[in-house]
Amino acid sequence: MKIVLDHLTKRFPNRNRKIKEEVVAVSDFTFEIPDGTLIGLLGPSGCGKSTTLNLISGLEVPTEGRVFFGDEDVTDLPPEKRGVGLVFQNYALYPHMTVLENIMFPLGNFKGDDRLPKEEMKKRALEAAKLVQIDGLMERRPSELSGGQQQRVAIARALVKRPGVLLLDEPLSNLDARLRLATREEIRRIQRETGITTIFVTHDQEEAMSISDLIVVMKEGAVHQISKPQAVYDDPVNLFVAKFLGTPPINVFRGEVRGEMLFIGEEPVLPEPGVADGEVTVGVRPEGFVPTSDGALTCGLTRVEVMGRDTSIVFTHPSLDGEGGRAIVEAEHAAGLEPGTVRFALKPTKTHLFDAETGERIRNASGV
Amino acid sequence: MKKQNLKAWLYLAPAMAFLGLFMVYPLVDVVVYSLEEGYNSASQSYFGTGLYNFSYVLRDPYFLQAVKNTMILVIITVPVSTGLALLISLGLNSITALKKLFQTVYFLPYVTNTLAVGLVFMILFKKTAYSDGLINLLIHAFGGPTVDFIDGPYWAKMLVLCIYTVWIVMPFKVLILTGALASVNPLYYSAAKVDGTSKARIFWRITLPMISPMIFYLVITGFIGAFKAYSDAVALFGVDLNAAGMNTIVGYVYDMLYGNSGGYPSYASAAALILFAIVFTITCVNLLISRKNARV
Repeated sequence: MKIVLDHLTKRFPNRNRKIKEEVVAVSDFTFEIPDGTLIGLLGPSGCGKSTTLNLISGLEVPTEGRVFFGDEDVTDLPPEKRGVGLVFQNYALYPHMTVLENIMFPLGNFKGDDRLPKEEMKKRALEAAKLVQIDGLMERRPSELSGGQQQRVAIARALVKRPGVLLLDEPLSNLDARLRLATREEIRRIQRETGITTIFVTHDQEEAMSISDLIVVMKEGAVHQISKPQAVYDDPVNLFVAKFLGTPPINVFRGEVRGEMLFIGEEPVLPEPGVADGEVTVGVRPEGFVPTSDGALTCGLTRVEVMGRDTSIVFTHPSLDGEGGRAIVEAEHAAGLEPGTVRFALKPTKTHLFDAETGERIRNASGV
Repeated sequence: MKKQNLKAWLYLAPAMAFLGLFMVYPLVDVVVYSLEEGYNSASQSYFGTGLYNFSYVLRDPYFLQAVKNTMILVIITVPVSTGLALLISLGLNSITALKKLFQTVYFLPYVTNTLAVGLVFMILFKKTAYSDGLINLLIHAFGGPTVDFIDGPYWAKMLVLCIYTVWIVMPFKVLILTGALASVNPLYYSAAKVDGTSKARIFWRITLPMISPMIFYLVITGFIGAFKAYSDAVALFGVDLNAAGMNTIVGYVYDMLYGNSGGYPSYASAAALILFAIVFTITCVNLLISRKNARV
């Protein structure tokens, strides 16, 4: 089922009653989520991604705007009429029920003609459990399960009523690093197998990048960019998106364009055809540096960190924002580097220009 | 190591002495008294030892009346007060306006003096030369005959005692249950709501199991408290409870010691031990049931 968010806005009254101004949790969110896709809502905490999820599930009512499931306007429908499966951050499994009882619980809410016989309920619950591979644990209680297993039970409970939409709120944040990797593959597999339109909320960019079909980057209630995962990384629309994605983070310099040439400090580093003169903010991905003896950018070299496959160069530059920059280069390029100075050539596709005031992306004539 | 142990015992000594003198010694003494036949407190002498005191107490019509009264009190007030407290807590939990005010109001009886409450109940129920009491006025308004709640028929007196007890014990239960309800993670309700769970089903399948440990706690302490009832009856019916036919087991023990017919510590001790046996048995049964049901 496709989901359409039409100018969705949610404002909360300020907690501090003396302040009349309302808190805008979600601001003018418009987006059509294609049927059967996995969408990652990504942003720092407090950016309104969980509120967006609650607006879709119906736990919150939007201040303005509409929500459509398929062609049906569900804005005024309560959560139970929307047919959504929701997985909570800490799973919210009922601690006094067994796994089987937990998974069967949503089916017990069906009324009238929809009501299933007990055997059918059990069968459906077992199907859902098989899908998430916990069918051997049906008689256990949540307290007897590991975090990953609890997560699976929560997903099975959300899927058992065969919802049109599956919503996951920070599904991996309570798992340890190894389990996180395995579980995100698992979520991807389940989503592919069921073909259910899935939206999940995360503050972890790697998580979002690895399994989403599309990523929505949010900040302070506003949507900044909606793109394929690679595009969000390679082609950020503004400085916030560029800074938020990528580990190690993008290196930010103060620069200036003069006569279609980008200067960092007093060094001309890259030609930028079609870009007007003026101050700019320059973002360079760590992999955008190539150390060569005739490189255009001269930096102070603090230290070289060997990480096996790659080498990380920590450098300084007077125009650099923050303490020190970091470049990731292939090991052979870093051979023979000594603390002192280092010269880098910049890769044009890994170097992005942003407006010094607004942080909006400035594109040159060739589009990068 | 040895020296350390000595030190530890030294630190414990004041508390041990205190507890031994005021807790352990009386406990032992009760058992001793209960086995001494024909004990005379003036001469500190007795004829012999045996179980005669128990058989006397168990045949004493006043004791049997006290047991009957206590049992009725326990069986009626514990479920009624717990149930009402649960309803009130659910109500308190779901309102937002004036929540604190209502919480305070429902807690007031807990900090009110028993005898002051007894006075209020007098105004409500007692028949005097000037008035039949507020409740009788109400009964008249509906065309019923006057009922003497304080000196009248047994059921009327028992009714007043039960209402009084429920009123006295409820605030503590409301307090505990309001806290228990507030501690249920609201996420469970959100999860249930998304799945379209009806209000009734949320209550029976989620809320109640989650607060059941607290309910069991209240039932067990409620049983023990109700078995120990005495001052409530005194506040309503005066000190001569045997004459009013409203004595309780603890009241009987007191009367046997200090009452008009008192001076029989042996009988009092036997009665106290019988009460202990009853309370012990019922608490064990309660714990067994709660252990079977507590699944969290």
